Amino acid sequence: MTPIVKKVTQLVVGLIFLYGIYIITHGHLTPGGGFAGGAIIAGAFILLVLAYGSDVLKLRKREEGSSVVESTGILIFLALAIAALFIGTRIFFANYLPKGIIGKLVSAGTIPLYNIAVGIEVAAALFTIFLALVIYKEEVLK
Amino acid sequence: MEITLSIVIVFMILGAIYALYAKDLLSALISCGIVGYGLVICFLLLQAPDLAIVQIVVETITLVIMVAVVLNSSREELKEKAVVSIDGVSYIHQRYIVNVILVVVFALFLLYFFKESIYTLNHLGEHVTRMSTAYIENAAEQTGSANLVTGVVFDFRGYDTLGEATILFTAVIGILTILRAKGRK
Repeated sequence: MTPIVKKVTQLVVGLIFLYGIYIITHGHLTPGGGFAGGAIIAGAFILLVLAYGSDVLKLRKREEGSSVVESTGILIFLALAIAALFIGTRIFFANYLPKGIIGKLVSAGTIPLYNIAVGIEVAAALFTIFLALVIYKEEVLK
Repeated sequence: MEITLSIVIVFMILGAIYALYAKDLLSALISCGIVGYGLVICFLLLQAPDLAIVQIVVETITLVIMVAVVLNSSREELKEKAVVSIDGVSYIHQRYIVNVILVVVFALFLLYFFKESIYTLNHLGEHVTRMSTAYIENAAEQTGSANLVTGVVFDFRGYDTLGEATILFTAVIGILTILRAKGRK
C-alpha cells in the first residue's frame, strides 16, 4: 500500500482498538457488547494486515496464535457458565456474583465477564478467518 | 421518521435489484453494500443501536473480504447455457414444468393454513407481548445490567449466546480445514 495509507493506519488503528475494548467492557452499560466490540477489534487487526502487506511466514504464526486465542475465549465462556453449577444456586448459566449498583462499571455479576470472553472469541475468530483466506491466496498464487 | 425509513428502504430495494442485474461483479458488490448500510440506518431510526453497531462492523468486514475475492478472481459472471440437451433432447423443459407445478401446489397448501391460522391472531397493532413485557419490566433488577439487550443476551437467553459462540467456533474450524493447501503428514 502507499505511504498515505500506512501513515493513516498507524494513526487510526490504536483508536479503533481502544474503541473496541470500550465497547466490550461497557457492554452492560451502553449499547454494544461482546460481539460488536470483538468485531471492531478484528477490524483493527484486518486494517493492519491490509495496510502493511502480507509476509506469509509471519502471518502463519499469527494465524496459529489467533486460533489458540479463539479456543481460549470460548473455553473461558464455558468455564464461567459451568462454574455456576458449583456456586450458589447450582444452575447452569446462573448469575452467581453479587449484582452491585445498577449503572456502575463493576456491576451485573458475571455479565461483564461473559462479554469479555465473547469479545476475545469473536475478535480472534474473525481475524483467523481473514488470515486463512489471505494465506490461502498467497499459497495458491505461488 | 416513517418517511425517512421509507426512503431508505426504497434505496435498499433499488440496490438489491441493481445487484442482481449488474454486469460487473464489483458494482454488484457495492450495491449489496447499499443494502447493508441502509439496514444500519434503519436500525438507528428504529432505536436499536446495539444491532446497528454489529451490522456496520460486520458489513464492513464482509465487504472488504468480498471485494478482495472479486479483485483476485474474475470480475464477470460465469455464463451457463439456459437449455442443456442430452442426445438431442432438451430436458430442462420438463423439469421446468414439474418445478412450476410443485411451487403452485406448495403455495396453495401454505395459503390454506395461513387462512386457517389468521383467525386466531390479534388485529394489526395489538401484539401479544407477555415475554417482552416481563423482560422490559424486570431485566434491570434481576440481572443488574443497565443495558437491557446485554441483560437478555447473557442472562435470560444465555443458551442462545453459547450456541452462537459455538457456531462461530465451528465456522472457523471448517474454514481452517477447507483452506489448507497442503495436508499435514
